[in-house]
Amino acid sequence: MIHILKIVTQRFALGLLTLFAISLIITFGVELLPGDLAEAILGQGATPETVKVFRTELGLDKPAHLRYLSWLYGMATGDMGVSLANKREISELIGIRLSNTIFLGGFAAAISIPLALFLGILAALYRNTLYDRVVNTFTLTSISFPEFFVAYILILFFAIKLGWFPGISNVSTNLSLGDKLYRSMLPAATLTLVVVAHMMRMTRAAIINLLASPYIEMVRLKGISPMKIILRHALPNALAPIVNVVAINLAYLVVGVVIVEVVFVYPGLGQLMVDSVSKRDIPVVQACSMIFASVYILLNLSADIISIVTNPRLLHPR
Amino acid sequence: MDSKIDHIKEQLMSGRITRREFAQRLMVLGIAGTSAGTLLTWAEKTQAAGKRGGRLRAGIAHGSTTDTLDPATYENGYMSKINYAIHNHLGEVDHTGNMAPELAESWDAQNGAKTWVFNLRRGVEFHNGKTLDSDDVIASFQHHMGETKSPAKSLLKQVKSIRKDGKYTVVFELSGGNADFPFVASDYHIAIKQAWDGGKISPNDGIGTGPYVLKDMEMGVRFFGTRNPNYFKSDRGWFNELEMLSIVDPTARSNALATGEVDVIDRVDLKTAHLLARKSGIKVEETTGTKHYTFPMRTDTSPFDDNNVRLALKHAVNRDEIVEKVLFGHGVVGNDHPIAPSQPFHAATLAQRTYDPDKARFYAKKAGGIKVKLSAADAAFPGAVDAAVLYKEHAAAAGIEIEVVREPSDGYWSNVWMKKPWGACYWGGRPTEDWMFSTAYMGGASWNDTFWKNDRFDKLLIEARAETNQAKRREMYFEMQKIVSDKGGVVVPMFANYVFGTSDKVAHGTMAGNWDLDGDKFHERWWYS
Repeated sequence: MIHILKIVTQRFALGLLTLFAISLIITFGVELLPGDLAEAILGQGATPETVKVFRTELGLDKPAHLRYLSWLYGMATGDMGVSLANKREISELIGIRLSNTIFLGGFAAAISIPLALFLGILAALYRNTLYDRVVNTFTLTSISFPEFFVAYILILFFAIKLGWFPGISNVSTNLSLGDKLYRSMLPAATLTLVVVAHMMRMTRAAIINLLASPYIEMVRLKGISPMKIILRHALPNALAPIVNVVAINLAYLVVGVVIVEVVFVYPGLGQLMVDSVSKRDIPVVQACSMIFASVYILLNLSADIISIVTNPRLLHPR
Repeated sequence: MDSKIDHIKEQLMSGRITRREFAQRLMVLGIAGTSAGTLLTWAEKTQAAGKRGGRLRAGIAHGSTTDTLDPATYENGYMSKINYAIHNHLGEVDHTGNMAPELAESWDAQNGAKTWVFNLRRGVEFHNGKTLDSDDVIASFQHHMGETKSPAKSLLKQVKSIRKDGKYTVVFELSGGNADFPFVASDYHIAIKQAWDGGKISPNDGIGTGPYVLKDMEMGVRFFGTRNPNYFKSDRGWFNELEMLSIVDPTARSNALATGEVDVIDRVDLKTAHLLARKSGIKVEETTGTKHYTFPMRTDTSPFDDNNVRLALKHAVNRDEIVEKVLFGHGVVGNDHPIAPSQPFHAATLAQRTYDPDKARFYAKKAGGIKVKLSAADAAFPGAVDAAVLYKEHAAAAGIEIEVVREPSDGYWSNVWMKKPWGACYWGGRPTEDWMFSTAYMGGASWNDTFWKNDRFDKLLIEARAETNQAKRREMYFEMQKIVSDKGGVVVPMFANYVFGTSDKVAHGTMAGNWDLDGDKFHERWWYS
């Protein structure tokens, strides 16, 4: 147990260091882009005079490293600051978007993870049969197409031809859960199609790998049914690689969905970040990237912990 | 005679003319008495006034999380439509391109159009119940004057002072005569808002006098408003509820309309407009306004300081092909000046410049050969890079070498426009000739993107501004268009239409072309049939 705590503390410290490095890269990366918020917002209206007034108003006339330090101080004290563009509290701005993103990611995960495990286990069970080939071909096809293409195909059939689901996801905060699920069905289905192949293949490979080991042969000789062999004896030992892949895909469902958000007009965090980058609203970009980075770090951390806990050899190292 | 009547009947039904214009045309045809009466009753039925009710849902091509409700920051089509939903202005541009009274009931020019008296409408209420008076108007104007980032600041530089004359009269003193001042005073930025204690408006309160009351708003995502029950226009603002979504992606926008998630979208993707129109239940409509796409040359930079180079390039472009291939026919050719055919003082008699490689070759030879770079990015206008490549091919036939430089869209307006010697640009256009010319063609104007200066032109501009005799004004504006076309630094190959899609349940009268979607006032002017 102490061993795990040690690992977790170590990882947390490393995670914080990573976050710090990311914040530096993001800030100065955006700083390197041509133009700033005043010019981006004023667009064609950016005369030297209006830009100057606007910059002073925003505090953009101060040098970049001073702005970064004051942001860092705010962040360390739990204050994300305000958006430069509209003076709204970033925490409030991000709150709604983040909950939308997590809702969509959670919805997609709730479909895709059980589905991937189920398909993967069956594929391991009936490996090299027609079923195995069909499932593999189908999932590999859907992962090979770009997301927006999968999305448009779904829209074409389920929104335009059949009219079962809406073509865009107009989710506002005051909708009921059922309505929300209904309206985000197509984006969730798109994400499912995109992530299921990876998890399914990994489940299949991990189990098949174990099926070749001597202890499984022993189990088989005892006359236990193939389904039971996999669920009881192979799966627990295969969990570590599967959990890792699931974690990566979960992270993807939160941070990598911006294209799906655009196609379905889903008001998530990705769109907020893209908007903010194009307008050079640095505090919002920083806040978004901190959240994205933390999601990655936390999910990877929990994947590691789960694989340690499920593996006695790692849990009790000699 | 019958065919003529049929023709104007058709025009009325398609919304190209109003009932009043219909009646006037009947009179021109010499139809009076009972037959005119019958026709007018028919007209009344055909173009019945709006019907109340329903929720209008629109998908708009702009909108960003960085938008704010402050009128001094409005710069995109999404905020402009929200602006017109919750606010009113002193006047509004009607479907004929003229200035019609809105919060001002009437106005009056005195002292050679140097003093302007605006009489406010009485009994107009803000959404919070406060009655509009002259203090509100003055505070709303002051928000755009002095230390401000408002783009309207340069427009209002001509205002020397604003004072109130009683509760319902506001007097503007200008530094020079301006016969078009009501247009300036009704610029979309200058939304009339309530003056709070301290005589300032609260720019982000979202409270106005407009047809819809703001209920829920998430920037860059969604606007939701309900009908203003006390709206002062009884024949406007028909929908009970208004929902506007920001749908920046063109395919998602078409999808939203095709699947019935929204009833109106703007900026239909021109490549697929004909396919969308084929779908039953959907109409694709367009208005021709003042929006034009240009290729401005810096006349202070070699080789564009030589008018022979400019003339050679103006003759070296095949405008028809660009309208056909870049606008897919949704536009008209331009004549190297910024005044649209729909504007009152458009010089229709000025010969249209056509593609003439021989003339181009002649001027190029006089200039000693031409080899130039053309900077373009699709940020300038959709299809700008394609248009530039077509231009290059057209010019090659006249022995003119154009190298198309593809610039990044990011930061285009700050780093390329008005910086590189020759680039691409778009103008939403301005409702008056004076405004357009003063913004981008007067010597030394801050948006004079050709850095062009012509003494005769500048003199005419000042004179025409204060001239109240319409015939004389027309003559002056004609001459100015000719000067810009022959000597100016800008190539104006095309005026682009506003193309939008609606469900066929949505009805409207004759549409204004000053902005997209009926002057950005579709929510106030349209209704469900």
